[in-house]
Amino acid sequence: MNRRMGWRLVLAALAGGAADLAGLGLIAAAAWLITRAAEQPPLAALSVAIVATRAFATSRGVFRYAERLTGHDVALRAQADSRERLYASLITPRQPRHGGADLLSRMVDDTEAVQDLLVRCLLPAAAAAMAGLAAVVVGLTLLPVTALVLAAGLVVAGVLLPASTATAARRWSARIAPARAELAGRVADLVHGSADLAAYGAGDRALADAMAADERLAGLERRQARVHATALAGGTLVQGLTVAAIVLIAQSAGVGTVATAVLALTALVSFEPVLPLAAAGERLAGVLAALRRLREVRSAPPMITEPAAPAPPPASPLTVDINDLVVRHAPRTPAGQEDGRAAVDGVSLTLTPGKRVALVGPSGAGKSTVLAALMRLVDPESGNIRINGVDSRDMASDDVRALMTGLTQDPYIFQTSLRDNLRLAGPEAGEEELLRAVRDARLEHWVERTGWDAELGEDGGTVSGGQLQRLALARALLYDPPVLLLDEPAEALDEETADALMEDLLDVTHDRTTLLVTHRLKGLERVDEIVVLEEGRVVQRGHHDELVGQAGYYRDLWESEVLTRR
Amino acid sequence: MHKDLLRLMRAEQSVRRHLAVTFVAAVAAGLLVLVQAELLAGVLSGRFAAVALAGVAAVVGLRALLAWTQGVYAGRTATGVKSALRHRLLARLRELGPARLAGHRSGELVTLTGRGLDGLDAYLTGYLPAIAVAAVVPVAVLVRLFAADLASAVIVLVTLPLIPIFGALVGMTTKAVTERQFQALSRLGGHFLDVVRGLPTLRAFGRARYQATVIERVADAHRGATMRTLRVAFLSSLVLELCASLSLALVAVPIGLRLLGGSLDLTTALLVLLLAPEAYLPLRAMGTRFHASMEGVAAADAAFAVLDRESDPTTAPLDHTPAPSASAPPTAPAPHGGAPADHRGAGRGSPGVGAAPRALPGGPPRIRLEDVTVRYPGRDDPALEHVTLTIEPGERVALVGESGGGKSTLLSLLLGFVRPSEGRVLVDGTDLRELDLDGWRARLAFVPQRPHLFTTTVAGNIRLGAPAASLQEVRQAATAAHVHDFIDELPQGYETQVGERGANLSAGQRQRIALARAFCRPSAPVLLLDEPTARLDGRSEAAVVAATAGLCHGRTAVIVAHRPAMIELADRVIRLHGGRVIADTTSGSAPGNQADRRVTNDHGGNGRPADGADQERANQERADRDPAVSPRTGSTSTRSEA
Repeated sequence: MNRRMGWRLVLAALAGGAADLAGLGLIAAAAWLITRAAEQPPLAALSVAIVATRAFATSRGVFRYAERLTGHDVALRAQADSRERLYASLITPRQPRHGGADLLSRMVDDTEAVQDLLVRCLLPAAAAAMAGLAAVVVGLTLLPVTALVLAAGLVVAGVLLPASTATAARRWSARIAPARAELAGRVADLVHGSADLAAYGAGDRALADAMAADERLAGLERRQARVHATALAGGTLVQGLTVAAIVLIAQSAGVGTVATAVLALTALVSFEPVLPLAAAGERLAGVLAALRRLREVRSAPPMITEPAAPAPPPASPLTVDINDLVVRHAPRTPAGQEDGRAAVDGVSLTLTPGKRVALVGPSGAGKSTVLAALMRLVDPESGNIRINGVDSRDMASDDVRALMTGLTQDPYIFQTSLRDNLRLAGPEAGEEELLRAVRDARLEHWVERTGWDAELGEDGGTVSGGQLQRLALARALLYDPPVLLLDEPAEALDEETADALMEDLLDVTHDRTTLLVTHRLKGLERVDEIVVLEEGRVVQRGHHDELVGQAGYYRDLWESEVLTRR
Repeated sequence: MHKDLLRLMRAEQSVRRHLAVTFVAAVAAGLLVLVQAELLAGVLSGRFAAVALAGVAAVVGLRALLAWTQGVYAGRTATGVKSALRHRLLARLRELGPARLAGHRSGELVTLTGRGLDGLDAYLTGYLPAIAVAAVVPVAVLVRLFAADLASAVIVLVTLPLIPIFGALVGMTTKAVTERQFQALSRLGGHFLDVVRGLPTLRAFGRARYQATVIERVADAHRGATMRTLRVAFLSSLVLELCASLSLALVAVPIGLRLLGGSLDLTTALLVLLLAPEAYLPLRAMGTRFHASMEGVAAADAAFAVLDRESDPTTAPLDHTPAPSASAPPTAPAPHGGAPADHRGAGRGSPGVGAAPRALPGGPPRIRLEDVTVRYPGRDDPALEHVTLTIEPGERVALVGESGGGKSTLLSLLLGFVRPSEGRVLVDGTDLRELDLDGWRARLAFVPQRPHLFTTTVAGNIRLGAPAASLQEVRQAATAAHVHDFIDELPQGYETQVGERGANLSAGQRQRIALARAFCRPSAPVLLLDEPTARLDGRSEAAVVAATAGLCHGRTAVIVAHRPAMIELADRVIRLHGGRVIADTTSGSAPGNQADRRVTNDHGGNGRPADGADQERANQERADRDPAVSPRTGSTSTRSEA
């Protein structure tokens, strides 16, 4: 939070406090006016109170207006700030892979917590504190004992009650969150799995499961509502009893009708901004949890360390040397990888200018990890990657990716036009270049049909798997990096399109330095070297003809592929 | 108030009761404030002895109790309404059926039905009780004021309506703006989420840092626009606040002057001072609660939009209750919802138009599409156009052609997910519309293009279509789908929980678990597969092809295929393009297949050739368990021997 925002925050708090103080002043002045008037003093004695009553009455609304405006302004700024910081921290890939879409959207929701923290917790608390303090001061000047009682009441209602609701809310949300997640899972099953359920006649069971999850959640929520109800009752009780006690003390102290009335009514009104704090306390638990989660995301160790003084990126043509590369993912990645086995375990290969290398192997063999290391998304445990002799770890990761990138795993379609989706890989690209990229990716018919300005995105609903893959390829071709990396470009395409695409791909990449990850072997006779990975290690390498000649993974795969072709 | 929501609450008895208790408690607590003011005014003016403070304490205690009751019952109301709404939504989603859901933004539906409804809390627990209080308490206060002091009462009476009037005026003028702002806000959130999700892609093209400036710019622009609208929107609160406090001043100052003149007693004056704000408070509370409950109203609107959306003919689900049809009397008790375990497909194999009279119920049916056209709403080109074809019992059909050609629509048609806009689908001569859809689907085994794995165990996922299947059968199915070894290696084997949308499994593993699902229905006579080998590498593909070949024996199989190996399995290849059949070739290259077909034709509808060992065993087991199946199994083995 920068200094200008700090000022705005103070301003908002002051406006809120002023509004509450005006309310307090209004009632105190009115009480004084009435009780004093009953003693029938000369009119002049009342004139100040009359003016004060009217002034407070007018200013309260104005202050409230100012508070709401400044408060929302600050909250919006804070939220934007929180989002910017979250985004900035995500630019560098971080240790626990925050991959799941639901996890991401929760993270985005969490950034709204800052807004709640300010508008619903901090600012009201500050205003309430000012009003409470003023009421206590009034008490101190009239009858100090009542100030003590009032202070005690206010602390109970404004500090203890919110603290206990916050604690209770934290406890309850820990119990409710899993129930809510379960319900969400069941609902997702019903929606995303509707075809499976309908086809297998399992819809009734799934619906019953979802409603059972809902019942469990509802039970917890009903019990949680009791916390809220108890806080509500507690607040009412404390307010009423405090006022009664103050009246009792004031009357037995004999301070007179005027002072008693002023004390009683200021006490009564001073609780008004304080009582909502119990609800704020409930919200605070959620807000703090969200902020903690965001902090964890931001403080997660980055997957790579950027060099302090990055080396300048070497000029093309580029030779990329991978020397004895070992990459190990963090120990606590998804099930199945907990053995601590290196994802890539001693891989070496060289990409000379214009050379095309294919990386094949079963899924989980480490192919994509090699690409991630090349793009500097992970740091190797040992070994290195040299670009024209410069260790890529000595270069800024952005510079490395400017040299080596392409079609990555799980390419994403943004909720924007087709043109902008393509353009992100070439903001300066002209119409002609866009067209060429689209044509090379064999996407031109689809683009013609859909139109350049068609809005894409949202769960790939408008884009089929094959089109998505081709769009991603078009991006890679548009970006045209010195070293082109292609991760399963024919993934999810039908056979004919895949064959045609690979054919075209091999034409387009003819003179380009290319590393191609694939599990389809057709067409690989055209690449310069094939490297077969299994369990992170290179098990075979060579030209297609050599590999088909020797027993091993490649030949097995080739034979089964030939078998599965006409 | 939300009309649809009120209707819903009226329909639910327990909700109605809980809401009534909430209202009564809230209103009673509001009225007790009058009593409290009365007592306090008396004590402060010295009319009542200090003992009356005990009365104040008692009233306060009672108010606390009522507040507690209100809170508890409001909570019950909220959960009740949410559950009822959720239930209706989920039932509605099922009714919509897979074909229509596919056109929705499914993520939004999931959020709406889950967390989205929580937005209703503020509306139900805050706004509704506030309305009740606002309807009763100000009137009561006014009545008391009239009894106490006419002049003050008149001032309050005149100024009080200003609050709702100004509130409504400002509200009306800002409504459109506020709503637009609300949408902008969610768009902003959507934009940010979109960017975060696509970060790996942005990173790959060096646009990640640039996008940070875009985020900043969008947020700034948004804040500017929001503040401009808020300046107007908050005028309502300014007016309300001014009305309330100025009226208090308007009441207090004349009272003071009249006290000075001696025409008013102090008790009444204090009572008026204490009561006057209580007339405005409920209205203001209602106003603030209204703003807090906007989200709930939006959620309710979205929910009722889904509930009330009329169904269109193409993708409306077929009737679940079959129309009584003389031409198709049930020959065996059709499996109804109550016994989904009975998945043998003891459907209604009726002697149809072209079918041989000796067709056995439950055997592979003859499926005929007659001049079928399917149009999806909102699309110009039909997904299928005048398609006529007959799939003979036991035939293995591969549907090929480029994506968007209508292959998946054809499967959806057979599954009853979509209904023809023109023409009809006949199963053994009976129109699919007249068939009991659940009974028909019980005869199908289906593997969708992107199968969904459910949040349950792996075994539970395989058992989806056969809840009564033993672990042994599940294992067999998994083995046949070449996924057993993988499952065995999982931490808890078949009891391993499948993660968020099957996230901890690879695409190939998911695909094969879905295949195992189909294998787990060994007696379903019709097999519908949508690209079962997409996303598999060569080795797994060969295995799955072999497994599918086994699964195909003796059934009608319709396979959307891209890979030659899959196409090879078929004895007939139908090529679809632009919703039309452009080629229909029966392959003569596979003599085995031909033989199958001859069997089909000779023996009238139940071409069940020699099965794979697995198949035979499964049938035998089933026969052992359920004698009703024996005749069919018997006839099958006879034919195998022949």
